[in-house]
Amino acid sequence: MAHFFFDTLIGHVILIVLEALAVLVPLLIAVAYLTLMERKVMAAMQMRRGPNVNGIFGLLQAFADAIKMITKETIIPSGASRFLFLFAPFLTFSLAMMAWAVIPTGNGLAVANINVGILYLLAISSLGVYGMLIAGWASNSKYAFLGGLRSAAQMVSYEVSIGLVIVSVLLAVGSLNLNDIILAQRHIWFCVPMFPMFIVFFISALAETNRAPFDLPEGESELVAGFFVEYSSLSFGLFFLGEYANMILMSGMVSILFLGGWLPPLGIAPFTWIPGPLWLIAKILFCLFVFIWTRATFPRYRYDQLMRLGWKVFLPVSLLWMIATAGFLLATGLLPQGVS
Amino acid sequence: MIQLVFYVFSAVLVASAAMVISARNPVHSVLFLILGFFNAAGLFLVAGAEFLAMILVIVYVGAVAVLFLFVVMMLDIDFTKMREGLQRYAPFGAAVGCILFAELVMAGLHWVTSPVMPAPVTGGLGEPGGPMTNTAALGTLIYTHYILLFQLCGLILLVAMIGAITLTLREKPTGRRQIITRQHERMRADTLEMLDLPLGNGTNSNGGFLRPPGSYYDTAVPGSYGIPSSDSQVSETGKGEPE
Repeated sequence: MAHFFFDTLIGHVILIVLEALAVLVPLLIAVAYLTLMERKVMAAMQMRRGPNVNGIFGLLQAFADAIKMITKETIIPSGASRFLFLFAPFLTFSLAMMAWAVIPTGNGLAVANINVGILYLLAISSLGVYGMLIAGWASNSKYAFLGGLRSAAQMVSYEVSIGLVIVSVLLAVGSLNLNDIILAQRHIWFCVPMFPMFIVFFISALAETNRAPFDLPEGESELVAGFFVEYSSLSFGLFFLGEYANMILMSGMVSILFLGGWLPPLGIAPFTWIPGPLWLIAKILFCLFVFIWTRATFPRYRYDQLMRLGWKVFLPVSLLWMIATAGFLLATGLLPQGVS
Repeated sequence: MIQLVFYVFSAVLVASAAMVISARNPVHSVLFLILGFFNAAGLFLVAGAEFLAMILVIVYVGAVAVLFLFVVMMLDIDFTKMREGLQRYAPFGAAVGCILFAELVMAGLHWVTSPVMPAPVTGGLGEPGGPMTNTAALGTLIYTHYILLFQLCGLILLVAMIGAITLTLREKPTGRRQIITRQHERMRADTLEMLDLPLGNGTNSNGGFLRPPGSYYDTAVPGSYGIPSSDSQVSETGKGEPE
C-alpha cells in the first residue's frame, strides 16, 4: 500500500489530492464557522444576541446562508465582460485556497514543504488584487470600478510594508522555508523581540484583506458595496468565501511569522502534551478574534489617511527596523549563516 | 513527465504572448501578458530556479502588472485614432521587429552550429560540499561578488524614481491639503473666543467673532453668516469683498 502511494505516479497524484482535501475541507468548514463567529462576537460586543434561531446557538446559520446564496439567481449585468465577470470570483477563491499548500501544521507537516515557502505566500497574496480589479472592470459599473481601483492601490501600498516586515523576520531566521521560520522561534517567539513589526504586520494584514477599518474597496456609504456590487448568488458567495479564507490565511501568516506557528508557548511538560496543529489553530483563532474585535471597535479610515499610513508611516518604520535588525545581528554575530 | 510540463508552459506562454499583441481590447492584452508572466514563472520552476519564479510573480505580476492594468483600465481609448497612428508608427515598429528577429536568428544559428552550452558560472558559489539552494547562490553572486554593480543599479533606479516624482508632483494653489501637524498645533485660543454678551445684542456689538488669521473667513463675503456686513461696521475681514 505504501509502495503504491509513494512510488507510482498515479499513487503520488492520489496522495497529493488527498493531502489537499485534508487541508481544504477543514478550511471551508472553518470559513463557514468564521462567519458565525464574527456575527456572534460582534453581537456580544454590541450587547446583542446575534444569530440564534437556526440550531443551538445559531450553529446552523452558516449553512442556511450558504443554501440561500446558492439557490439565488446569477445575474450578469448587460455590457459586462462575461468571461472575466465569472472568472474573477473563481480567481479570488482559488488563490485563497492555493496559498494553504505551504502552511505547515506540524513539524514539516505541509502539503508542500518548499524552500521558498514564504515567497510563495507573498506571491499568492499579491495576486489577490487581480480578482478585485478584474471584477471591478468586468462589471461595467462605475461603483464596482472605483472599488476595484481603490483595492488595487491599497493592496500594492501595504504589500511593500508586509514585504519589508517579512525581510526583517527572514534576517533573523536565515531561511525562506516556513518550517525553518517556526523552528527558529523555539526559544522566543518573534513577537517579543520584534513587537513593533508584529503590530505593523497585523495592521497591514487588515489592509491586505480589506477588513475594517481599511475596508475602503467596499465602503458602503460611498461605493454601495464596492467591487462586488454587481455580483449575486454563487459568484458573490465565492468572493465571500475567498475574503474569509484570506482572513484565516493572514492570521496563519501572523501566527507563523510572529507567534511560533505550531510551537507551544513553552517547551515544558503541560504545554507539549497538546499536539502542534492544535496550537496553530489556537493562535489563528486568537488572531481572527482580534480581526473581529478591530472591526467592532474602529471606524473606517478615510482614503488619504489610509495611503498616508501605508507610505509615510509603515514604510519608513519597517525599513528602519529592517536596517536596525540587520545591524544588530551583524554587530552581535547572531546573523544566521549557511542555514539554507 | 517534466518534458510534458515544459511543453505545456511554453505553449501557453507563446500563445498568450501572441494574444497580447493581437487582442483588440487593451485590458485583455494586459491580462494575457499576466498569463504569460505566470507561464514564464512556471518555466523557471521547471528549470529548478524556484527563487526566480517566485520573484517574477511577486514583482511583475504582483506589482508592475497591477499598475499597468490600473492605467490601461482608466485609459479612454479611441480605436479609430489608434488605427491612424498605426500608419505612422508602422515603419519604426517593423524596424525594431526586424532587429529583434535578426538577433534571434543569430542566436539560433550559433546554437545550431555549435550546440555546446556555455559553461555555467560556478566560481565562488558557496563552500565545497553541502548543497546550496539557488536563493543562497544568487545571494552570494549579487551581494558578495557583484555588490558594486548591484548598488549602482539601485542608485540609478533611485535617481529615476526621484526624477519621476519631481516631474509629476505639483502643488496646486487651490488644493486643500490636510496638514496634520498644523491641525495638531492648533490651540484653543487660536480658534475659540469666549464672549460675555449682554442679552439680545448679538455678537456684532463686540466686534464679531474672533477668526483665526488665514482662515476661510478672511476671504468670505461680508454680510454672510457670522461676518459683520460692511455698512454696519467696517472690519478687516471685509478685504476680500466683491467688486
